Amino acid sequence: MDARRERLRVAGAEPIGLYTLLRLERGDLDPGAPGQFFMLEAPGRLLPRALSLCLAPTGELAFLIDPIGPGTEALCELEPGDEIHVFGPLGLGFRLDVERPLLVGGGIGMAPLPFLAEALRFPPAVLGFRTPEHAEAAALLPGAELAIDPTFVTELILPGQDVLACGPEPMLHAVAERCPGAQLAWEAPMACGYGGCYGCAVEIDGELKRLCVEGPVLVSRAA
Amino acid sequence: MLLNASGCLDALIAPDVARQLDGFVTKTITPLPREGNAPPRIAETAYGMLNAIGLANPGRERFLADTLPQLRELALPLWISVGGFCAADYAETCARLHDVEAIELNFSCPNVDEAADSAAEIVAACRAATPLPLYAKLSAAHPDVAEVARAVATAGADGLSLINTLRGLALDPRTLKPTLARGTGGLSGPSLKPVALAAVHACHAATDLPIVGMGGITTAQDVVEFLVCGAQHVALGTVLFADPDAPKRIRDALGVVQPDDRRLSARLLEFRANAVA
Ligand SMILES: Cc1cc2nc3c(=O)[nH]c(=O)nc-3n(C[C@H](O)[C@H](O)[C@H](O)COP(=O)(O)OP(=O)(O)OC[C@H]3O[C@@H](n4cnc5c(N)ncnc54)[C@H](O)[C@@H]3O)c2cc1C
Ligand SMILES: Cc1cc2nc3c(=O)[nH]c(=O)nc-3n(C[C@H](O)[C@H](O)[C@H](O)COP(=O)(O)O)c2cc1C
Ligand code: FES
Repeated sequence: MDARRERLRVAGAEPIGLYTLLRLERGDLDPGAPGQFFMLEAPGRLLPRALSLCLAPTGELAFLIDPIGPGTEALCELEPGDEIHVFGPLGLGFRLDVERPLLVGGGIGMAPLPFLAEALRFPPAVLGFRTPEHAEAAALLPGAELAIDPTFVTELILPGQDVLACGPEPMLHAVAERCPGAQLAWEAPMACGYGGCYGCAVEIDGELKRLCVEGPVLVSRAA
Repeated sequence: MLLNASGCLDALIAPDVARQLDGFVTKTITPLPREGNAPPRIAETAYGMLNAIGLANPGRERFLADTLPQLRELALPLWISVGGFCAADYAETCARLHDVEAIELNFSCPNVDEAADSAAEIVAACRAATPLPLYAKLSAAHPDVAEVARAVATAGADGLSLINTLRGLALDPRTLKPTLARGTGGLSGPSLKPVALAAVHACHAATDLPIVGMGGITTAQDVVEFLVCGAQHVALGTVLFADPDAPKRIRDALGVVQPDDRRLSARLLEFRANAVA
């Protein structure tokens, strides 16, 4: 593991639409590869929360957070100067050796895509959101094509593209069906993020495996 | 000794964490492979968490053939946690284990149906199967854990591991349905500590067996409390999820504890003498 755990200082926490972009001073942590994630201490909570790296500005690590429960709410309420423990980078990210990349994001699933877009020199991207307010986060991925419910991002995928996607499970299943070989970033409840708890088990090739070890990015199997 | 609690660390994935410990305890191994329970399998609670992993493990044969040789390369004292569904299950696994530090018999996983045989029957069968040190891991759910401790001592156990998780239920605040797919799960973390201390205290009074204390240990002060209540060794579980550097942090802090209590100074000296990491 190249992962390290350090106490990092909050550089900023700015709302972007309904989400918050939390920027942390990087310390000695490595940003890792796009699609990898970090475990962030959520103030007042026992367990850390898994978050994908969204951007790696010089000297910083930035995370895009959807406040859906006590842990993510506590993270969104952090203020500049606050400090939290951060552990990472963890898991296996996206493979970058693709010829015709298309980034596909749904809702908060767009979080890892800005960092991925940088690594792939800004390929085409399509983002789907529930509401126009949620869609304000698309500002982090300039040039992306938008789909707002009831239009689905999957309708914007053209054949022959190498899809790299992150989003809610129904979206990922739909992408998997249309695009065998797509690289999909999945989620599962994680207590540790480094293989210790077996909490993050998901079915991979017909077997329950730990998503934090084998993923979170998995290749959808050829149909 | 400072150990990990069974099921809370994979030394092959995180050898740097395992090397902070005086020994590595494996996840419980059962005769046949187990995928474990359906997800979601974990839920955070106030000052604790529930898990319903369901003893996911590769099974005895793959453990012996693949996992154990890899674990040996870490050159750490190995404690093998053994589970099963009858005394013969446990005894057969014990008979197949050699050259390990100790065997921990897990009698108390709340996430699978319990073995029909009593803890004492299982210990007796394992005693006949192996000369290796046998630690009986008990649950505090039993109305009189000290009575179980006495029974396993008589049956030939060499030590006690106290305690395993306690069955609990958490509801999703929105749906008011159980958060875990299995419904209930095992409670661990700081909310378990008072129960664990009481069990260690009672079993220490009831037997002479060495005790590995665990349940909610997060700080050096927690370790001190377990030692004073009668534990000789301690194990870290849930704290490892939030802090993989906890073993080092706790050991460093213990190194500077100034015991002004006579019971503690003796225990601490013994604990430090046992530490190899
Ligand atoms: C590898 C990985 C990367 C992630 N990246 C990001 C990110 O960049 N930005 C972001 O906002 N979130 C991300 N998440 C999700 C984030 O970790 C969860 O939203 C967070 O743990 C929820 O904690 P909470 O206390 O706020 O809510 P909780 O009270 O824990 O959960 C609220 C609701 O969401 C459900 N839920 C919680 N965690 C998950 C999960 N992991 N998967 C599916 N459902 C869940 C719960 O069952 C519950 O219904 C990621 C998750 C993983 C596994
Ligand atoms: C996710 C998880 C998995 C566990 N798996 C096992 C197991 O396989 N065998 C076992 O004997 N105990 C298992 N336990 C129980 C722990 O070893 C320990 O007894 C308990 O968690 C109390 O310690 P803690 O509060 O420090 O976590 C597990 C606990 C957790 C949280
Ligand atoms: S999150 Fe603990 S094993 Fe994957």
